[in-house]
Amino acid sequence: MDDVQAMHIANGIVDGPVSALFAVIAVLALAFCVWRARADLDDRLAPMAGLVAAFIFAVQMLNFQVLPGVSGHLLGGALAVALVGPWVGALCVSTVLIVQCLLFADGGLTALGLNITNMALIGTAAGYLLVAALMRFLPKTPGGVGATAFIASVVGVVVASQGFVLEYWLGGTTELSMTTIAGTMAGVHVLIGLGEGVIAATTVATVARVRPDLVYALRRYRNTVPAAEMADAA
Amino acid sequence: MSKRLGWFLAGGLLVALLLAGVVSNFASGSPDGLDATARQGCTFNADDEITGGTCMLQQEQAHQMDDSPLAGYGIRGIDNAWLSTGLSGVLGVLITFGIGGGVFWLARKRKTPEEATR
Repeated sequence: MDDVQAMHIANGIVDGPVSALFAVIAVLALAFCVWRARADLDDRLAPMAGLVAAFIFAVQMLNFQVLPGVSGHLLGGALAVALVGPWVGALCVSTVLIVQCLLFADGGLTALGLNITNMALIGTAAGYLLVAALMRFLPKTPGGVGATAFIASVVGVVVASQGFVLEYWLGGTTELSMTTIAGTMAGVHVLIGLGEGVIAATTVATVARVRPDLVYALRRYRNTVPAAEMADAA
Repeated sequence: MSKRLGWFLAGGLLVALLLAGVVSNFASGSPDGLDATARQGCTFNADDEITGGTCMLQQEQAHQMDDSPLAGYGIRGIDNAWLSTGLSGVLGVLITFGIGGGVFWLARKRKTPEEATR
Protein backbone atom coordinates (compact mmCIF):
# COMPACT_ATOMS: atom_id res chain seq x y z
CA MET A 1 0.00 0.00 0.00
CA ASP A 2 1.46 3.30 -1.11
CA ASP A 3 0.92 6.49 0.78
CA VAL A 4 -1.47 9.03 -0.59
CA GLN A 5 0.58 10.97 -3.11
CA ALA A 6 0.88 14.60 -4.02
CA MET A 7 -2.05 15.49 -6.20
CA HIS A 8 -1.71 19.09 -7.34
CA ILE A 9 0.68 21.19 -9.42
CA ALA A 10 4.10 21.21 -7.76
CA ASN A 11 6.68 23.99 -7.63
CA GLY A 12 8.81 24.48 -10.72
CA ILE A 13 6.43 22.96 -13.27
CA VAL A 14 5.20 26.38 -14.41
CA ASP A 15 7.65 29.33 -14.39
CA GLY A 16 7.69 32.16 -11.83
CA PRO A 17 6.10 35.01 -13.81
CA VAL A 18 3.12 32.92 -14.95
CA SER A 19 2.69 31.46 -11.45
CA ALA A 20 2.72 35.00 -10.03
CA LEU A 21 0.21 36.16 -12.64
CA PHE A 22 -2.21 33.42 -11.66
CA ALA A 23 -1.64 34.12 -7.97
CA VAL A 24 -2.84 37.68 -8.61
CA ILE A 25 -5.82 36.39 -10.63
CA ALA A 26 -6.69 33.96 -7.81
CA VAL A 27 -6.52 36.64 -5.09
CA LEU A 28 -8.70 39.05 -7.08
CA ALA A 29 -11.24 36.36 -7.97
CA LEU A 30 -11.42 35.08 -4.39
CA ALA A 31 -11.94 38.61 -3.09
CA PHE A 32 -14.84 38.92 -5.52
CA CYS A 33 -16.20 35.56 -4.32
CA VAL A 34 -16.02 36.68 -0.68
CA TRP A 35 -17.97 39.79 -1.60
CA ARG A 36 -20.67 37.80 -3.44
CA ALA A 37 -20.70 34.95 -0.92
CA ARG A 38 -21.77 37.21 1.93
CA ALA A 39 -25.24 37.50 0.43
CA ASP A 40 -25.59 33.69 0.52
CA LEU A 41 -23.97 32.98 3.90
CA ASP A 42 -26.61 32.77 6.60
CA ASP A 43 -26.87 30.75 9.81
CA ARG A 44 -27.67 27.63 7.81
CA LEU A 45 -25.26 27.93 4.89
CA ALA A 46 -22.17 28.96 6.91
CA PRO A 47 -21.78 25.70 8.91
CA MET A 48 -22.85 23.71 5.82
CA ALA A 49 -20.01 25.35 3.88
CA GLY A 50 -17.52 24.26 6.54
CA LEU A 51 -18.81 20.71 6.21
CA VAL A 52 -18.57 20.82 2.40
CA ALA A 53 -14.92 21.93 2.63
CA ALA A 54 -14.12 19.16 5.14
CA PHE A 55 -15.92 16.59 2.97
CA ILE A 56 -14.03 17.66 -0.16
CA PHE A 57 -10.75 17.38 1.75
CA ALA A 58 -11.68 13.82 2.78
CA VAL A 59 -12.78 12.69 -0.66
CA GLN A 60 -9.72 14.19 -2.38
CA MET A 61 -7.67 11.64 -0.41
CA LEU A 62 -9.57 8.81 -2.12
CA ASN A 63 -7.72 8.26 -5.38
CA PHE A 64 -9.51 5.79 -7.62
CA GLN A 65 -7.94 3.88 -10.50
CA VAL A 66 -8.96 5.16 -13.94
CA LEU A 67 -6.34 3.41 -16.13
CA PRO A 68 -3.54 0.96 -15.40
CA GLY A 69 -1.01 3.03 -13.45
CA VAL A 70 -3.17 6.16 -13.43
CA SER A 71 -5.55 7.29 -10.73
CA GLY A 72 -7.75 10.29 -10.14
CA HIS A 73 -9.52 12.05 -7.34
CA LEU A 74 -12.45 14.36 -6.96
CA LEU A 75 -11.79 18.08 -7.43
CA GLY A 76 -15.12 19.07 -5.90
CA GLY A 77 -16.19 22.20 -7.80
CA ALA A 78 -19.53 20.93 -9.09
CA LEU A 79 -20.31 19.22 -5.78
CA ALA A 80 -19.69 22.48 -3.91
CA VAL A 81 -21.78 24.50 -6.37
CA ALA A 82 -24.75 22.14 -6.04
CA LEU A 83 -24.64 22.20 -2.23
CA VAL A 84 -23.57 25.75 -1.32
CA GLY A 85 -23.63 27.77 -4.55
CA PRO A 86 -20.86 29.13 -6.79
CA TRP A 87 -19.37 31.88 -4.60
CA VAL A 88 -19.22 29.97 -1.33
CA GLY A 89 -18.34 26.84 -3.33
CA ALA A 90 -15.24 28.42 -4.84
CA LEU A 91 -14.17 29.48 -1.33
CA CYS A 92 -14.72 25.91 -0.01
CA VAL A 93 -12.46 24.38 -2.67
CA SER A 94 -9.86 27.13 -2.08
CA THR A 95 -9.88 26.43 1.66
CA VAL A 96 -9.09 22.78 0.94
CA LEU A 97 -6.27 23.69 -1.46
CA ILE A 98 -4.74 26.14 1.04
CA VAL A 99 -4.84 23.59 3.88
CA GLN A 100 -3.34 20.93 1.60
CA CYS A 101 -0.57 23.26 0.46
CA LEU A 102 0.40 24.70 3.85
CA LEU A 103 0.02 21.63 6.07
CA PHE A 104 0.23 18.59 3.79
CA ALA A 105 2.87 19.93 1.36
CA ASP A 106 0.59 19.06 -1.55
CA GLY A 107 0.50 21.55 -4.41
CA GLY A 108 3.47 23.93 -4.47
CA LEU A 109 3.30 27.18 -2.53
CA THR A 110 4.35 29.08 -5.65
CA ALA A 111 1.80 27.03 -7.64
CA LEU A 112 -1.08 27.79 -5.25
CA GLY A 113 -2.53 30.44 -7.55
CA LEU A 114 -2.43 27.97 -10.45
CA ASN A 115 -4.16 25.24 -8.45
CA ILE A 116 -6.80 27.61 -7.09
CA THR A 117 -7.45 29.00 -10.58
CA ASN A 118 -7.96 25.54 -12.09
CA MET A 119 -9.88 23.72 -9.39
CA ALA A 120 -11.59 26.42 -7.32
CA LEU A 121 -12.31 28.96 -10.06
CA ILE A 122 -12.43 27.31 -13.51
CA GLY A 123 -13.85 23.97 -12.35
CA THR A 124 -16.39 25.65 -10.11
CA ALA A 125 -17.42 28.20 -12.76
CA ALA A 126 -17.93 25.49 -15.40
CA GLY A 127 -19.86 23.41 -12.88
CA TYR A 128 -22.01 26.40 -11.99
CA LEU A 129 -22.94 27.15 -15.60
CA LEU A 130 -24.04 23.54 -16.02
CA VAL A 131 -25.98 23.44 -12.73
CA ALA A 132 -27.73 26.72 -13.49
CA ALA A 133 -28.66 25.54 -17.00
CA LEU A 134 -29.73 22.00 -16.08
CA MET A 135 -31.79 22.93 -13.02
CA ARG A 136 -34.05 25.01 -15.26
CA PHE A 137 -35.58 21.93 -16.81
CA LEU A 138 -34.55 18.89 -14.76
CA PRO A 139 -36.94 17.86 -11.97
CA LYS A 140 -36.24 19.45 -8.58
CA THR A 141 -35.89 16.03 -6.96
CA PRO A 142 -32.96 14.07 -5.47
CA GLY A 143 -32.67 12.26 -8.82
CA GLY A 144 -32.78 15.46 -10.82
CA VAL A 145 -30.21 17.28 -8.73
CA GLY A 146 -28.05 14.13 -8.65
CA ALA A 147 -28.07 13.91 -12.46
CA THR A 148 -27.20 17.60 -12.59
CA ALA A 149 -24.25 17.11 -10.22
CA PHE A 150 -23.02 14.18 -12.36
CA ILE A 151 -23.03 16.08 -15.65
CA ALA A 152 -21.62 19.26 -14.08
CA SER A 153 -18.79 17.23 -12.51
CA VAL A 154 -17.72 15.57 -15.76
CA VAL A 155 -17.65 18.88 -17.64
CA GLY A 156 -16.15 20.83 -14.73
CA VAL A 157 -13.24 18.41 -14.30
CA VAL A 158 -12.36 18.34 -18.00
CA VAL A 159 -12.51 22.15 -18.27
CA ALA A 160 -10.40 22.51 -15.11
CA SER A 161 -7.77 20.18 -16.60
CA GLN A 162 -7.50 22.49 -19.60
CA GLY A 163 -6.77 25.35 -17.20
CA PHE A 164 -3.49 23.58 -16.48
CA VAL A 165 -2.88 23.19 -20.22
CA LEU A 166 -3.29 26.95 -20.67
CA GLU A 167 -0.92 27.65 -17.79
CA TYR A 168 1.67 25.21 -19.12
CA TRP A 169 1.38 26.73 -22.59
CA LEU A 170 2.08 30.16 -21.08
CA GLY A 171 4.84 29.19 -18.68
CA GLY A 172 5.77 25.51 -18.90
CA THR A 173 9.39 24.91 -17.88
CA THR A 174 10.03 22.06 -20.36
CA GLU A 175 9.70 22.12 -24.14
CA LEU A 176 6.94 19.58 -24.81
CA SER A 177 4.17 19.06 -27.36
CA MET A 178 1.15 21.04 -26.19
CA THR A 179 -1.25 18.92 -28.25
CA THR A 180 -0.02 15.79 -26.48
CA ILE A 181 -0.42 17.45 -23.07
CA ALA A 182 -3.90 18.78 -23.90
CA GLY A 183 -4.99 15.40 -25.24
CA THR A 184 -3.62 13.40 -22.31
CA MET A 185 -5.08 15.79 -19.73
CA ALA A 186 -8.50 15.85 -21.41
CA GLY A 187 -8.66 12.08 -21.95
CA VAL A 188 -7.64 11.14 -18.41
CA HIS A 189 -9.90 13.79 -16.91
CA VAL A 190 -12.97 12.54 -18.76
CA LEU A 191 -12.47 9.29 -16.82
CA ILE A 192 -11.74 11.13 -13.57
CA GLY A 193 -14.81 13.29 -14.19
CA LEU A 194 -16.99 10.19 -14.50
CA GLY A 195 -15.70 8.96 -11.14
CA GLU A 196 -16.15 12.39 -9.59
CA GLY A 197 -19.64 12.52 -11.11
CA VAL A 198 -20.68 9.32 -9.36
CA ILE A 199 -19.36 10.57 -6.00
CA ALA A 200 -20.90 14.04 -6.39
CA ALA A 201 -24.27 12.68 -7.59
CA THR A 202 -24.46 10.22 -4.70
CA THR A 203 -23.57 12.90 -2.16
CA VAL A 204 -25.91 15.58 -3.50
CA ALA A 205 -28.83 13.15 -3.97
CA THR A 206 -28.34 11.87 -0.40
CA VAL A 207 -28.38 15.37 1.07
CA ALA A 208 -31.39 16.23 -1.13
CA ARG A 209 -33.25 13.24 0.31
CA VAL A 210 -32.38 13.97 3.95
CA ARG A 211 -32.36 17.78 4.01
CA PRO A 212 -33.51 19.27 0.66
CA ASP A 213 -33.46 22.71 2.27
CA LEU A 214 -29.65 22.47 2.56
CA VAL A 215 -29.13 21.95 -1.19
CA TYR A 216 -28.40 25.31 -2.79
CA ALA A 217 -29.33 24.06 -6.27
CA LEU A 218 -32.80 23.10 -4.99
CA ARG A 219 -33.29 26.19 -2.85
CA ARG A 220 -32.30 28.54 -5.61
CA TYR A 221 -34.11 26.97 -8.54
CA ARG A 222 -37.15 25.56 -6.80
CA ASN A 223 -40.41 26.14 -8.67
CA THR A 224 -42.63 26.27 -5.64
CA VAL A 225 -41.56 27.76 -2.35
CA PRO A 226 -43.29 26.39 0.75
CA ALA A 227 -45.40 28.90 2.63
CA ALA A 228 -43.23 28.73 5.75
CA GLU A 229 -40.14 29.66 3.77
CA MET A 230 -41.97 32.52 2.11
CA ALA A 231 -42.92 33.93 5.48
CA ASP A 232 -39.36 33.46 6.67
CA ALA A 233 -37.92 35.30 3.69
CA ALA A 234 -40.42 38.14 3.87
CA MET B 1 -28.16 27.17 14.58
CA SER B 2 -30.95 24.67 15.06
CA LYS B 3 -30.53 21.32 16.79
CA ARG B 4 -31.59 19.49 13.63
CA LEU B 5 -28.87 21.19 11.63
CA GLY B 6 -26.42 20.27 14.36
CA TRP B 7 -27.26 16.59 13.97
CA PHE B 8 -26.92 16.79 10.20
CA LEU B 9 -23.49 18.43 10.50
CA ALA B 10 -22.35 15.85 13.04
CA GLY B 11 -23.46 13.04 10.70
CA GLY B 12 -21.74 14.61 7.71
CA LEU B 13 -18.56 15.18 9.66
CA LEU B 14 -18.56 11.56 10.82
CA VAL B 15 -18.80 10.37 7.20
CA ALA B 16 -15.92 12.67 6.22
CA LEU B 17 -13.82 11.41 9.17
CA LEU B 18 -14.42 7.78 8.19
CA LEU B 19 -13.53 8.48 4.55
CA ALA B 20 -10.32 10.34 5.42
CA GLY B 21 -9.43 8.21 8.42
CA VAL B 22 -10.18 4.69 7.17
CA VAL B 23 -11.20 4.50 3.50
CA SER B 24 -8.16 6.63 2.52
CA ASN B 25 -5.98 3.59 3.17
CA PHE B 26 -7.68 1.78 0.30
CA ALA B 27 -7.05 4.61 -2.17
CA SER B 28 -5.07 3.95 -5.32
CA GLY B 29 -1.35 4.69 -5.01
CA SER B 30 -0.95 5.33 -8.75
CA PRO B 31 -0.07 8.85 -9.93
CA ASP B 32 -3.19 10.92 -10.54
CA GLY B 33 -4.17 12.34 -13.93
CA LEU B 34 -2.00 15.45 -13.59
CA ASP B 35 0.97 13.59 -12.16
CA ALA B 36 0.74 10.93 -14.87
CA THR B 37 0.77 13.67 -17.51
CA ALA B 38 3.79 15.26 -15.80
CA ARG B 39 5.61 11.90 -15.96
CA GLN B 40 4.76 11.29 -19.62
CA GLY B 41 7.93 11.05 -21.72
CA CYS B 42 10.28 9.96 -18.93
CA THR B 43 11.34 6.50 -17.88
CA PHE B 44 11.55 5.50 -14.24
CA ASN B 45 13.48 2.86 -12.31
CA ALA B 46 12.16 0.72 -9.48
CA ASP B 47 12.84 3.52 -6.97
CA ASP B 48 10.74 5.90 -9.06
CA GLU B 49 13.76 7.94 -10.09
CA ILE B 50 13.87 9.44 -13.58
CA THR B 51 16.28 7.42 -15.76
CA GLY B 52 15.78 9.16 -19.10
CA GLY B 53 13.54 11.02 -21.52
CA THR B 54 11.95 14.45 -21.27
CA CYS B 55 8.96 15.29 -19.08
CA MET B 56 7.52 18.07 -16.91
CA LEU B 57 8.51 16.32 -13.71
CA GLN B 58 12.23 16.96 -14.30
CA GLN B 59 11.71 20.61 -13.39
CA GLU B 60 9.82 19.89 -10.20
CA GLN B 61 11.24 21.61 -7.14
CA ALA B 62 10.94 20.73 -3.49
CA HIS B 63 7.92 21.91 -1.55
CA GLN B 64 8.42 24.75 0.93
CA MET B 65 6.35 22.82 3.48
CA ASP B 66 8.12 19.46 3.19
CA ASP B 67 9.11 19.84 6.85
CA SER B 68 5.47 20.07 7.95
CA PRO B 69 4.64 17.27 10.40
CA LEU B 70 1.72 16.36 8.09
CA ALA B 71 3.65 16.55 4.80
CA GLY B 72 2.61 13.94 2.26
CA TYR B 73 -0.58 12.93 4.11
CA GLY B 74 1.18 11.17 6.95
CA ILE B 75 2.23 12.07 10.46
CA ARG B 76 5.95 12.31 10.99
CA GLY B 77 7.09 9.88 13.63
CA ILE B 78 4.31 7.33 13.11
CA ASP B 79 5.74 4.37 11.26
CA ASN B 80 2.54 2.41 10.82
CA ALA B 81 1.35 3.51 7.35
CA TRP B 82 -2.33 2.89 8.10
CA LEU B 83 -2.27 4.87 11.30
CA SER B 84 -0.16 7.63 9.80
CA THR B 85 -2.39 8.13 6.75
CA GLY B 86 -5.61 7.73 8.70
CA LEU B 87 -4.70 10.13 11.49
CA SER B 88 -3.41 12.73 9.06
CA GLY B 89 -6.73 12.45 7.22
CA VAL B 90 -8.71 12.89 10.45
CA LEU B 91 -6.63 15.94 11.37
CA GLY B 92 -7.06 17.36 7.87
CA VAL B 93 -10.85 17.03 8.01
CA LEU B 94 -11.03 18.65 11.46
CA ILE B 95 -8.65 21.48 10.52
CA THR B 96 -10.49 22.15 7.23
CA PHE B 97 -13.84 22.14 9.03
CA GLY B 98 -12.46 24.38 11.76
CA ILE B 99 -10.88 26.94 9.45
CA GLY B 100 -13.57 26.83 6.75
CA GLY B 101 -16.51 26.72 9.12
CA GLY B 102 -14.98 29.39 11.36
CA VAL B 103 -14.32 31.84 8.55
CA PHE B 104 -17.73 31.28 6.95
CA TRP B 105 -19.43 31.65 10.34
CA LEU B 106 -17.69 34.96 10.99
CA ALA B 107 -18.43 36.20 7.46
CA ARG B 108 -22.12 35.25 7.51
CA LYS B 109 -24.69 37.96 7.36
CA ARG B 110 -26.31 38.39 10.72
CA LYS B 111 -29.92 39.08 11.31
CA THR B 112 -30.57 42.65 12.30
CA PRO B 113 -31.81 42.93 15.92
CA GLU B 114 -35.22 43.72 14.53
CA GLU B 115 -35.32 40.49 12.48
CA ALA B 116 -33.94 38.40 15.31
CA THR B 117 -36.74 39.31 17.67
CA ARG B 118 -39.44 38.42 15.18
